[in-house]
Order: sequence, then C-alpha cells, then structure tokens
Amino acid sequence: MMNYIWSGIFAVSILFGILNGRMTEVANALLQGGNEAIQLVLSLLGAMCLWNGLMKIAEQSGLTDLLAKIMRPVIDLIMPGLKRNGAAIKAVCMNVTANLLGLGNAATPLGLTAMKELQIEENTGKTASNNMVTFVVLNTASIQLIPTTAGMLRAKHGSLHPMDILPAVWLASIIALIVGLAVSKFVGNRKKYT
Amino acid sequence: MSNIGDYIMPIMALIIIIFGLCKKVSVFDVFSLGAKDGLTTTFRIIPALVGLMVSVSMLKASGALDIITYTLSPIAKVLGLPSEVLPLALLRPVSGSGSLALIENILSEYGPDSFIGRVASVIQGSTETTFYCVAVYFGSVGIKDTRHTIPSALASDFVGIIASAIAVRLFFDIL
Repeated sequence: MMNYIWSGIFAVSILFGILNGRMTEVANALLQGGNEAIQLVLSLLGAMCLWNGLMKIAEQSGLTDLLAKIMRPVIDLIMPGLKRNGAAIKAVCMNVTANLLGLGNAATPLGLTAMKELQIEENTGKTASNNMVTFVVLNTASIQLIPTTAGMLRAKHGSLHPMDILPAVWLASIIALIVGLAVSKFVGNRKKYT
Repeated sequence: MSNIGDYIMPIMALIIIIFGLCKKVSVFDVFSLGAKDGLTTTFRIIPALVGLMVSVSMLKASGALDIITYTLSPIAKVLGLPSEVLPLALLRPVSGSGSLALIENILSEYGPDSFIGRVASVIQGSTETTFYCVAVYFGSVGIKDTRHTIPSALASDFVGIIASAIAVRLFFDIL
C-alpha cells in the first residue's frame, strides 16, 4: 500500500507543480526534504534516548512486571477464557504494560510472543480467534500514557506547555479504545467462526 | 489542570529511578544502555522518513496539499475537524513516518499551541499505525483470515480522530 501512496504523492505533486507553475518550489522541496527529515530526527534523538534509558531502568528493576501483574484482572475481563496462569495471558499483560509505558521496542516482541501463545492455546488454524482480534485491536489503539513523540514535536516548535495536551490525549485514547473493543466484541459475537 | 503534563513526566522519571535504586539496579549504567537502544531505534526511522518528508514537502510546495485540504473541507466540517488535519487523519493508520512528516509540517505552519496544532498533536498521541500493526501481528503467526480486526481497528481510529477535536475544544475552551 505504501508503494502506491508514496508514488502517488510524487506524481500528484509534480502534476500540480506544473499546473500551478510552482516547479521551482517543487524542485527545492525535492532537494531539501531529505535534510528536513534529518533535522527532525536529530531534534527527537535526545529525548528518545532519555526515555528509552529510563524505561530500561523500569524493565530491569521489575517495575514493568509489577504493573503487568496489576493489569491482569483488566485483561481477564476483556479477553475471557484464557488459562489462568498460562503463558498467553502473561505475554498479553506484559505487552499491554509496555504499550502503556510507551516502550515501543519492547511491546512488539512481547506482542508477537503473545500472538504465538494465543495460537497455541486457542488453536484456530489460519483464522483469528476472538481473543486475537481483541488483542490486536488493543495494540492498534494507542494506549500510551505519555505521548512522548507528540510532546517532543510540540517542544521543538516552541509550545508554551508541550504536555498540556495530555488530558485531551487520554480522553481521545479512552474513547477510541472503548469503541474498538466494543465493535470487536459485538461483531465477534455475531459472526462465530466455523 | 492544563499544566498537569509538567508534573507527570518528571514525577514518573523520579519514581522509575527511585524504584530502581530500591531494587539495587545500577541505575546510571542501565540508563546508558537503554539510551543506546534509543539511538539505534531513532536512526532506524531515517530512511523511511527521508522518503516521506520529501514527498510531503513536494506536495505542499506544489500547492496540491492546499487543494486537497480545500476539497476535503466539507467532510471535515461534518466531522467537526479542522480541514488542515484531514490529510494527517487519512495517513495516520497507514504510515508512522508519513504522519510524522505531516504533523511536522502542520506544527511549523500553524504553531503547536493553535487549535489546529493541538488537534494534530492529540491525533498523533492517541492513534497508532493500524495497518502495520495488524500485518506484523497476524503475519507472525501465519493467520490469513483476520475476520473483524480491520473494521474494529478502523472504527476505533475514526472515533479517536473525531474525539481528538472534541477533547481539544473541551479542555481548551475553544468553540
């Protein structure tokens, strides 16, 4: 899909550049766009290192495990029927905790482990089980407590309070999450796989 | 209330460090190790970001972005969104680097503390790269039939984006 979107943007830009007589600007953008990307990455780099470093401490000290344990009753509620002390629910809890803390690096491998364990436990072949759907929807909804990237970008552009968006982000995330889970439950219950 | 973020991040950092000290973790060494990971992850997005940043800059320079925004404005109005964030809303579920390029453009053009800048920031903070996530997770275990995953995830994204504008209006008293 990205192949078409990316190529499409190039084609559209050049077409409109010609039609609007703005080819000089387009050519400049082509020359300088790459540099803007590097500048953007450099401006994010320091904070990314800081946050990753702090989160490594949380991981090694067992803070993440502790949070995962607290998460368990909630996960039981939204993903019913998993073995009480199975490997699946443990991996799911760890993944959700990593997501909450914004540990993107750790969340993905944990999530893949969780998918593997869910498949072993529920064995639905090449078809997704209800719990797998719920789990992936949980991962596509951003449940990060601190939206670090958005905060960093806002600070870079001189926001007075880069993190003043926090309550709004939480509200929007919660609403999105509830809708995602509700739709997946509703459709999942109606269309039982055979 | 709106300064809550000023407290949360430093306090969270402090809790993490103190908890680490209590558990006898050599916090500074572990911190450095983690920071190194941050370095590699951040550098890893460069190739995709260069490609997409160039395309977004061209789209803007050619005037096409203005035309797209203008064309989409009736839809934006119905959804209660500023039309300037619609391209971001459309690209967000598809490409993380692409939406990063777009939000960078929005923040430099309208400022981070404007209504448009805030809505764009909240969208960025409250949504994920849905298609990538679905492909990676199901692909890893060889599942072909994802059933109702995509409709559910997109419903969540759609509502999340509309909710972003509502939440910004709510917390910043903008009518």
